[in-house]
Amino acid sequence: MADPMRIRAQAAGDKATVRVLMSHEMESGQRKDAAGNTVPAWFIQEVSATLNGKVVLTGEWGPAVSKNPFLQFTIKGAKAGDKVGVTWKDSKGDTRTDEATVS
Amino acid sequence: MKLKSYVSLFLLAGLCAGASAQKSAVQSIEEYRAMLQDGNPADLFEAKGEDLWKQKRGPKKATLEQCDLGKGPGVVKGAFTELPRYFADTNRVQDLESRLLTCMETLQGLNAAEIANTPFGKGEQNNMTALATWISAESKGMKFNLSQAHAQERTFYEVGKRLFFQRGGPHDFACSSCHGQDEKRIRLQDLPNLTKNPGDGIGFAAWPAYRVSNGQMWGMQQRLNDCYRQQRFPYPGFGSDATIALGVYLGVNSQGSASVAPAIKR
Repeated sequence: MADPMRIRAQAAGDKATVRVLMSHEMESGQRKDAAGNTVPAWFIQEVSATLNGKVVLTGEWGPAVSKNPFLQFTIKGAKAGDKVGVTWKDSKGDTRTDEATVS
Repeated sequence: MKLKSYVSLFLLAGLCAGASAQKSAVQSIEEYRAMLQDGNPADLFEAKGEDLWKQKRGPKKATLEQCDLGKGPGVVKGAFTELPRYFADTNRVQDLESRLLTCMETLQGLNAAEIANTPFGKGEQNNMTALATWISAESKGMKFNLSQAHAQERTFYEVGKRLFFQRGGPHDFACSSCHGQDEKRIRLQDLPNLTKNPGDGIGFAAWPAYRVSNGQMWGMQQRLNDCYRQQRFPYPGFGSDATIALGVYLGVNSQGSASVAPAIKR
């Protein structure tokens, strides 16, 4: 089971800024270990965000995204008390969803 | 008249562009660090550490919540900025990580020697780093105030000072070769002068830290180990008296400086 994400969502005016920190190795498949063997690729492929259950963002990620990625975006019309959910799915099929409340 | 004011406007714009082009490398790195600060992955390790502290683990199935970090059993806030210190129960000066090792053995029944021999970044050492990250974060912004009341604490300071200046190895290096003068750097990394108080959040006050370049979270023990690696010395033991003595020397020198740990590094 993957480690939890850290999600912060702050409302300002008619939008909310969401900051997400994900815990993931993000192996590109280009690196070799101490024995010279290729470290198999393992990275987040799909990311989506929801506001009160409605999808507001989807993205396709690749091996160029850094380890422990940080994602920031704004949602129009989000206000304090709304629920923001973020889901990722990686190349091994592992998935993780976390939720935060807009403050 | 109107033309003249246009000209002066252009001049002003030109000056501004010139000023930004002359931004020093150090300033650019500062900007880069500031950008990274919001979203420091150390947060992830912090959350993991807090979880581990309250989790029943080891053969004794106990939490670390009764661990005495120097301010009484279970007191975490403010403990970090007073370590390393003398502990009566173990009759030795201990830093945060060696103290955690003691607690993991006495409270949870884990094998301290085995953990100390585990390479950094593997198995139980990862948990150790996460715990150190969380405990340091609980004292974020507080000022270092190490005790020098006990005779052993004063001895450790003197030993640490001697180790800091001790030259050796194939490069004839000492800690002081890099950290003994003001305004030195390696490539673009500023080197703090650790023979005196380097100021808030610099040197001893900036570890544990997340290293962006390798995506690893490092505690002070690993940072000191890496200094010795760069000097081509044999690795000091994890939680050894030598590393703790260096910690006392650096910590006492940082007296009154605020801790920013867990920090983020290049």
